[in-house]
Amino acid sequence: MDLDALGACLTTSACVVTQATSGLIVGMLLFLVAAGVTLIFGVLKIVNFAHGTFYMLGGYVAYSALAATDSYTLAVLAGALSMALFGVLFERALISRVYGSNVLMQLLICYAVVLIFDDLVKIVWGPEFHAMGMPLAFQVPPLFIAGGVVPPFYAVLIGIAALIAIVLGLGLSMTRLGKTVRAAAINPQMVSALGVNTTLLFAIVFAVGGGLAGLAGALAAPVRSLSPGMGFSILIESFIVTVIGGMGSIAGALVSALLIGMVRGFGTIAFPKFTDGLIYIVMIAVLLVRPQGLFGRRS
Amino acid sequence: MKGRPALRDATIAAIALIVVLAIPLFHRSPAFEDFVIRLSAMALFATSLNLLVGNAGMVSFGHGMFYGLGAYAFALTMQMTNLSLPVAAVLAVLITTFAALCVGAICVRLTTDYFAFITLAVQMLFYSIIISWQSLTGGDQGLRGGIPRREIFGFELASQLHLYQFCAIVAVLGLLALRHISASPFGHTLRMIRDNESRTSFLGVVLWRARLAAFTIAGAFAGLGGVLAALFVSGAYPELADWPNSGQAIFAVMLGGINSFLGPVLGAAILLALNDVVTRFTEYYGLVLGSVILAFALGLRHGVLDFLRLAWPQGRRPKVGPEAGDEA
Repeated sequence: MDLDALGACLTTSACVVTQATSGLIVGMLLFLVAAGVTLIFGVLKIVNFAHGTFYMLGGYVAYSALAATDSYTLAVLAGALSMALFGVLFERALISRVYGSNVLMQLLICYAVVLIFDDLVKIVWGPEFHAMGMPLAFQVPPLFIAGGVVPPFYAVLIGIAALIAIVLGLGLSMTRLGKTVRAAAINPQMVSALGVNTTLLFAIVFAVGGGLAGLAGALAAPVRSLSPGMGFSILIESFIVTVIGGMGSIAGALVSALLIGMVRGFGTIAFPKFTDGLIYIVMIAVLLVRPQGLFGRRS
Repeated sequence: MKGRPALRDATIAAIALIVVLAIPLFHRSPAFEDFVIRLSAMALFATSLNLLVGNAGMVSFGHGMFYGLGAYAFALTMQMTNLSLPVAAVLAVLITTFAALCVGAICVRLTTDYFAFITLAVQMLFYSIIISWQSLTGGDQGLRGGIPRREIFGFELASQLHLYQFCAIVAVLGLLALRHISASPFGHTLRMIRDNESRTSFLGVVLWRARLAAFTIAGAFAGLGGVLAALFVSGAYPELADWPNSGQAIFAVMLGGINSFLGPVLGAAILLALNDVVTRFTEYYGLVLGSVILAFALGLRHGVLDFLRLAWPQGRRPKVGPEAGDEA
C-alpha cells in the first residue's frame, strides 16, 4: 500500500492526466464489451460468458486484416463485422437451443465455446503473444495536455468509444428498432404477439453485441498484445461492470466501466498488487447495498 | 434393508472402500493410485458443491475459495507448527467452516443470479489476497517447500500407497457424511426451499438460516477436499482458488447429474480421466473438452446418472426434483 504515492500523483496535473487517460482507455474498451453483455442480458436474459471470445477473435481478425490490407480502418471494420456475423451464428446455432433452460446449461455452452476458440486461436495464430503495433497514421509525437502525455491514438480511441456510447444510447431511446428492443426486454411474448419477428430481433441483438466486442478487440489490438487467453480477463471485468452498473442498463455499463477504469488508473499507484482486489470490493459493496446494480431495475 | 437407508448407504460405502483398498494388493499402478488420490479431493469438492446446487438450488460460482482455503490453511499449519497431521487437517477444516459461515452470512441474503455473482466476487477477492500477500502465501508461485508428511496411525504419507489409502478413507467417510446430511430432514428442507421457497417459509422454516447452514456445511467439505489436494501436490497453489476451478466443479456436477447423490463423483471421475487421456494425445485439451461439453449440453441435456435414471426409471420411485435441463 502506498497512499503517499497516490497523494503525490494527485497534486501534479501531469500525473493526473496520464493516469486518467489510461483509466479512460481501460474504461472505454470495457464499456464496448460490457455494453454487449448487458444488451444481450437485458433482452434475452442470457448471461453471455462467451463474450470475451468475441473480443479476442475481433483482435485477431483485425491483426490478420491489417497484415493483408495495410489499412487499420479496414482492419477495425473487419474485426467488428466478422464478430457481428459470428454473434449471429453463435446465437442461431447454440444459444437459441437453450433459451428458457437451466442457467447452468447456458453457462456450460458458453464455457465450451471459450475453450474451443482459445485452442482454435492457438492452432491458427500460434500460442505466442502477438503485437499489432501502432498504425502508421498514429506514429506521431504525443499530445501534451496540462503536462500529461497523451498519445493521439488514445484520444481517437476514447473518441470512437464515446461516439458509440452516444449512438447506442440515442439508438435505443429514439429509433423504432431501439424501442422494439427495449419492449422485447420487458415482455418478449407481447412484442412477438404484436407481429414483431423476435427471432430476427434476438439475432440483431447478438450481432450488435458481438460487433461491439469485436470492435473493442480490434481497437485494443494496437495498445495491448494479443494472446489466446485474452478473452478471459476482459470477460470477468466486463461482467463486473455489468453487475455494478445493473444488468441490462447501457448507461449503467458506461458509468461503471469508467468507474472501474479510474480505479485501475489510480489504484495501480496506491495498491500496485491489489488493484483487482479493490475492484472486487467495489463489486461486493454494490451487490450488498443495491443488488440490482447502480442503474438496474429490480426484477 | 429396504427401510434402513442409513444402513444401506453405510454398507455401500464399506464395500466401495474395501474394493478400493484391495486393488493395490493385486495390482500396483502409480497412475491409477494418483488418479484415485486426485479423485478423492475432487469428489469431495464437487459433491459438497452439489449440496448447494442440486439440493438447495443455490448456484455458487465461488466454491473454489473454500477448496483453496482448506489447502492453504492445512499446508500453512503443517509448515509453521509441529501439530500432527489429523490435528492440522481438523484445524484447516474448522478455519474453512468459519470462513464459509462469514462469507455465507453476507452472500445468502441474495438469491439466484445475484448469489452467483457475489460468491464469484468474494472468491476473486480471496484469490487477489493470495496473489498479493506474497510473504505468507508465496503469491502466484504458490506455497512451496513441501508439506512435512508426518506419520499418523501407522500411515506413512510419504509413501504413495499410504497416501492412497488415507485419501480413499477420508473421501469415503466424507461422502458418507454428506449423504447423511442430504438424506436427513435438513436435506429435505433444502430441496423444499429449492422447489418453493414461499411455501417453505409459510411452514415456519427460516430460509436464510437453512441456506447459511447449507453454505457452511458445503464450505467445510470443500475445505476437506482442499486438504487432500494439498497433500497430493504437497503445497498449495492460487489456481486451487481461481474461478476456472470453480467452473470445473460446476461442470463435474452437471456432467454427473445434479439430482443423483453420486453424480458429482462420476462427473469428477469423467473429467479427470478425460484430462489424463486427452493430454497424452494432444496439447489442445480445451478443444476436446469444449466439444465434449457441447455434445453433452446439446445432446444429453442431463447429467449421466440423471439421464440413466430417466431412461430406466426404477420401479415407482418418485422423481427427485425438477430435471436439470428443463428447469425454468
